[in-house]
Amino acid sequence: MAKAKLTFEDIGQTVNVPAGVRVIDISEKVGAGIVYGCREGDCGTCMMHVTAGWNNLTEPSVLEEKVLRENMASRHDRLACQAQVIGDCSVKPA
Amino acid sequence: MITAASEREAHSGPGSDAEPRAVAIADGVHWVGALDPTLRRFDLILRTANGTTYNAYAVRGEQGVAVIDTVKAEFAAVFFARLEQVARYDEIRVIVLNHLEPDHSGALPELMRRAPQAKLVISKRAPAMLKALLKADDQEIRYDTVDTGDEIDLGGRRLKFLHTPYLHWPDTQCTYLAEQQILFSGDVFGCHHCDPRLFNDRVGDFRFAFDYYYAHIMRPFKTYVLDALRLIEPLPLKLIAPTHGPILRERPRRYVARYRELSGADAALEPVPADAPPHFTLLVFYLSAYGSTARMAEAIAAGAESVPGIRVSLYDLEGGEVEPFVDLIEPADAIALGSPTLNGDAAKPIWDLLSSLAVVNLRGKVGAAFGSYGWSGEAVPMIEDRLRGLKLRVPVAGLRLKLIPTDDELADCHAFGRALAEAVTGSGAQAGPTTRPVIEYANLT
Repeated sequence: MAKAKLTFEDIGQTVNVPAGVRVIDISEKVGAGIVYGCREGDCGTCMMHVTAGWNNLTEPSVLEEKVLRENMASRHDRLACQAQVIGDCSVKPA
Repeated sequence: MITAASEREAHSGPGSDAEPRAVAIADGVHWVGALDPTLRRFDLILRTANGTTYNAYAVRGEQGVAVIDTVKAEFAAVFFARLEQVARYDEIRVIVLNHLEPDHSGALPELMRRAPQAKLVISKRAPAMLKALLKADDQEIRYDTVDTGDEIDLGGRRLKFLHTPYLHWPDTQCTYLAEQQILFSGDVFGCHHCDPRLFNDRVGDFRFAFDYYYAHIMRPFKTYVLDALRLIEPLPLKLIAPTHGPILRERPRRYVARYRELSGADAALEPVPADAPPHFTLLVFYLSAYGSTARMAEAIAAGAESVPGIRVSLYDLEGGEVEPFVDLIEPADAIALGSPTLNGDAAKPIWDLLSSLAVVNLRGKVGAAFGSYGWSGEAVPMIEDRLRGLKLRVPVAGLRLKLIPTDDELADCHAFGRALAEAVTGSGAQAGPTTRPVIEYANLT
């Protein structure tokens, strides 16, 4: 199975993950600072900033794009409960 | 401007449910809301000794009427009766909803049916909520969204919009009637206090209700309150017309000042010494039946204290009331909660405390759990899950030990406290970026 390095910059923690996992599945287990609300892509609480490897996350869905817009996301912000890791990337709380 | 005529009308009051009357609050501006004097609990969480009001307003310009907010659905009849006294439905050009909660949007679908030509105006964050509120209703509703700086000219009267999100929903906004210097503030500056005399200089003492409303509705959103105040404070203000409680026409600015006071830095005494460098704060709360979890708490506190730059406080939850603890937690950087496991659960005072924290903003604080147990030890992971649910960060895995702690186990507690303090202060080897060893996915627990 393809592997990827997912790094949480706020706590300096890297995890080797199988491609396809969502950031939410990892971040709480390692104590990263991204926090969650609805966990289903609606509330925008888990907005994170992708500092490296922007293209190594799955494309945002139309709904995620909408929530990001409503929450005034800046460039390279994503929802941690939606984004799936497909290659090396680094994230931190937005 | 409050004219003599409108004063006389104000004296006549809002009438009764059988004979409701609109009340002029300024020239061409009427209160068309509803009184709910018997309500004793609002939205499950707020108590009220005086019921509440659902305030809605009608503003007449040379080119039509604007209705600002509506009422709870069951009060629609008195709202329409009052509205009809000051406007025909075909004159209504604009309906502004400053906040979509059902106590203000309840009469909206029927109002849109009666005034189909009217344009609904909501904040830019409101469309998704509007859709969810009206999804059971077949009616298609057209709307415009507005932002700070947008305005609507009613002819000699301009409505200007202020985007003030999270006061107390994402959709909230305020509307300012420029010519008459009236702020239709939505729930901001509101309170649950029903008094048919309506105006703050005529009603009974509602200071308690005003502060109580702030504490339960606005307090979790203090930073957003401060953002909103930056928009509101420069405005000339003759009158504030909120959606609940008295209309603030006598010294309206003092209510704005009160919001600034309540949203400012912690009003409590600064920890001493006052001139010490900024400290991180860690609060350790515990419950202990036979002293084991208490001993863990003491060792954890001592371990945390050994890290420079953090101030640690230790509290037995049995010895205090929940509310002052909530006040302590609000400005703290981190909390650690210790509980024994009783019948597979943490002890009730822990849950009482955790269920009381919805009134403060916890996002990004550090949380941790610990406790002694007899045979199963579920309390610690359950508390950790709840802390995460409350949007705290839980960077150090919880610590539990079986029954009576040994010296070695107390040393583990000391190390746990130290690791926790280092996570809070950002010190220590663990916290530096890229210094932690890489974890394999399979090893995550």
